[in-house]
Amino acid sequence: MAEEIKKIMFTVRKPPHGSIYVYEGLEVKLIMAAYDADISVVFMDDGVYALKQGQDTKELGIKGFAATYGALMDYEIQKVFVDRHSMEVRGMTEADLLIIGEDEETEEPVKPRVIDSREIAAMMAEQHNILSF
Amino acid sequence: MLHTVNKSPFQNTTLMDCARFLQSGDVLLLLEDGVFACQTGTAHSALVEGLLQQVKVYALRADLKARAITQLIPGVQVTDYAGFVDLLEEHKVHSWL
Repeated sequence: MAEEIKKIMFTVRKPPHGSIYVYEGLEVKLIMAAYDADISVVFMDDGVYALKQGQDTKELGIKGFAATYGALMDYEIQKVFVDRHSMEVRGMTEADLLIIGEDEETEEPVKPRVIDSREIAAMMAEQHNILSF
Repeated sequence: MLHTVNKSPFQNTTLMDCARFLQSGDVLLLLEDGVFACQTGTAHSALVEGLLQQVKVYALRADLKARAITQLIPGVQVTDYAGFVDLLEEHKVHSWL
């Protein structure tokens, strides 16, 4: 009997650059994506700042990770969501979000999908594991 | 007095806690995750707008750029590491960690 594919969700709630959480979380996502798992990533609270386009870490003297987030779909991570409420209280709109890859068929740029907390809660309930960063 | 805040106002109350102790003539420097407070149009913009009536507010440029914060509340001044050092020379400092 075939083993059931694991559903694993990552939640990102910390802001980028002030701590190592977001960067480490990205590393773990890329590692997990190499396994046969159903991966989803949800950015909420200050985590939504990790998806803001135009981050320039040169003056901080660190490499930054916006380029890697910009290629999440190339790493087989297709299910990327953002909490609408978290964006709204931070004055962010979908226009502020960076592009995470392009559609395989249309080659249109793809942005993370903005969803409501109710949808996030429903997805959480379906997971085998949820990893928080 | 120079007050520095390096925490996001969305994550904890550090900026609000600091605000109670600001006096006229003091300087507030937002750095690291503290710079999220100085963006316009957020749930916390009004707090910083209020503080600007009372004290000078600076934000560290390297941290603003790293976080792609471009829409600054009018009145917030941008400084760099050299400016940070100047502020430290001019004032006693309290870091609201």
